[in-house]
Amino acid sequence: MSVPIFYYQALAAVLFALGVLGVLTRRNVIVIFMSIELMLNAANLSLVAFSRLWGSIDGQVFVFMVMVVAAVEVAVGLAIVISLVRNRDTVNIEDTSLLRW
Amino acid sequence: MDPVLVGKAVFIFLVTVGLFGPVMTWIERKQSALMQDRVGANRADILGLRVIGLFHPIADAIKMLTKEDTVPTGAHRVLHALCPFIAATPALISFAVIPYGGTYTAFGREFNLCVADLDYGVLYIFAIGSVATYGSILAGWAGNNNWGILGSLRASAQMISYEVALGVSVIGMFMICGSVRLTDIGLVQQETFRLFGFLEHFGWIAPGTGWVDAITLPMWGILLQPLAFFIFLGAIMAENKRPPFDLPEAESELVAGYFTEYSGMKFGLYLLGEWTEVVVIAGLVTALFLGGWAIPWVSDVALIGFLSGLVGSDWGNLLAMLVHVGVFLVKLVFMIFFQMILRWSLPRFRYDQVMNLGWKIMLPLSLANILLTGLAMLVVQEVTS
Amino acid sequence: MTELVLFWLFAVVAVAGGIGMLLNLRNTVASALCLVLTMLALACLFVLLLAQFVGVIQVMVYAGAIIVLFLFVIMLLNMERDTLGAETYPVVKVLAAIFTVAVGIKLATVVATLRTPWAEVDEAFGTTREFGQALFTDYVLPFELASILLIAGIVGAIVLAKQRLE
Repeated sequence: MSVPIFYYQALAAVLFALGVLGVLTRRNVIVIFMSIELMLNAANLSLVAFSRLWGSIDGQVFVFMVMVVAAVEVAVGLAIVISLVRNRDTVNIEDTSLLRW
Repeated sequence: MDPVLVGKAVFIFLVTVGLFGPVMTWIERKQSALMQDRVGANRADILGLRVIGLFHPIADAIKMLTKEDTVPTGAHRVLHALCPFIAATPALISFAVIPYGGTYTAFGREFNLCVADLDYGVLYIFAIGSVATYGSILAGWAGNNNWGILGSLRASAQMISYEVALGVSVIGMFMICGSVRLTDIGLVQQETFRLFGFLEHFGWIAPGTGWVDAITLPMWGILLQPLAFFIFLGAIMAENKRPPFDLPEAESELVAGYFTEYSGMKFGLYLLGEWTEVVVIAGLVTALFLGGWAIPWVSDVALIGFLSGLVGSDWGNLLAMLVHVGVFLVKLVFMIFFQMILRWSLPRFRYDQVMNLGWKIMLPLSLANILLTGLAMLVVQEVTS
Repeated sequence: MTELVLFWLFAVVAVAGGIGMLLNLRNTVASALCLVLTMLALACLFVLLLAQFVGVIQVMVYAGAIIVLFLFVIMLLNMERDTLGAETYPVVKVLAAIFTVAVGIKLATVVATLRTPWAEVDEAFGTTREFGQALFTDYVLPFELASILLIAGIVGAIVLAKQRLE
């Protein structure tokens, strides 16, 4: 293993930061969703790297669970987006302030 | 580079693309002619020589390569050019994990006939196949064509739906074999089981009864998991989007579906991908359910031993290898022909029928198959221990 | 050496995909495709870290299902052209940049102290068999709970997205 562990962790940090930036600066709900997926993936990379570091499989099981949660989140989230577009005809996150009225 | 590995890869490439790819176009035309009581393709000739229409693939290839390549206005140029490759490449690389022979020792080295004997064999094919979805989803959108987008939407919904049933249906086979590696699954299918052995284990007849030991069947997937076989075949044919599941490209409704806006060799790549996928499907079904390279009732060890006795160990191994490759190819061709027969026999489904079949029939049945397999394995374990 | 080259290759692709997703202000489909690039690069990195099974699952679930679902919804709603673009208030932009840099620096300072050597692992590490054994022995309860979560998700998605047939 010629690549030090902190290379992997630094890459995970960079990807996570990109995801944060996406959530904070984009206004399209679908792109915000994608940014959240990016953050989850960064966490996954970190977990897999640590799992290899300690030579234990537990980190990979966590990644599996994260993927389950991500799949459920996307299914429900996109269903919300569909009903949002049907009812309000927008994907702008700033127009979805119905509860704040 | 390891010469044996290169040799295996080249062989597979020649079989899937070089041999079956062009010949498939010919077989498909000839077989449709056979089933519709026509004469079929026989016009292409070189110096008056027609050879039952075998020159048609060559004529097709020349036509595809020399046709004008049109890109519609408003199309996404990069994606439009990229999509045919995304669609065709997965089909070409997924044959890498399918074994077409066992393990042999000849001239001082041991080798097996599988280009990449991966630990996650079948899953690799599923993963590669799921990437192929992009080739059809993006094609319709990139061409800026309404028929195309409708075809893309149908393709994505259909492929996601059937991936579920596809994955779940083979789990029973994994449980029996204890592995997802295709060479392991092939090895398990070499063994035989006694059809009436349970009578003996339940104590209903005395052990050592002659006819019980005589009636054996090979442990092929199709015999152990008949339900899974039919679900798998149906689901994987739906993945390939050929009739009767050709809704994404339904020519009577959507012109040509997601590849409406393609011409020339880009169009040809879609056809190439589809036909290569037919070969891959045949190979996968053979490896999973039809015993792979195995000859029924004759194990690898017995065959190699017999042939080694005749011509010596090295040549015996090589001869056994040839026999096994031949057996595999016979099963492969049979499965290809079976798919062709289905393609020309069944009418196209309606869209709601496709969805109902996938979600309400295939998925519950394949889940029930897992339960039944688990119960059966428990019973076998209890009785035989 | 090969490993270092491969790491840099996939790392560059992953970051480029992430940046591409952020900077594609007008085309949602292109954003989604950039994300696919990141997912595939990460799957390759997983295999590099000997997590072969998770790598394949990553391709199947993320590239094969999740992003396809994104594309499906984008096309279904005809939302390919993103007219919204990025955040318009400069204050929010500055705050977001500061926050992101802060998060990045914090993470970087934590991981830079890591000097633990890689553990020695045997050939079976990360194979389907070992993963399955962990999943169905030590982690069988989380696994079952995950299935309940999935069922809840499926039902929820159908309830939310289904049009009322009046």
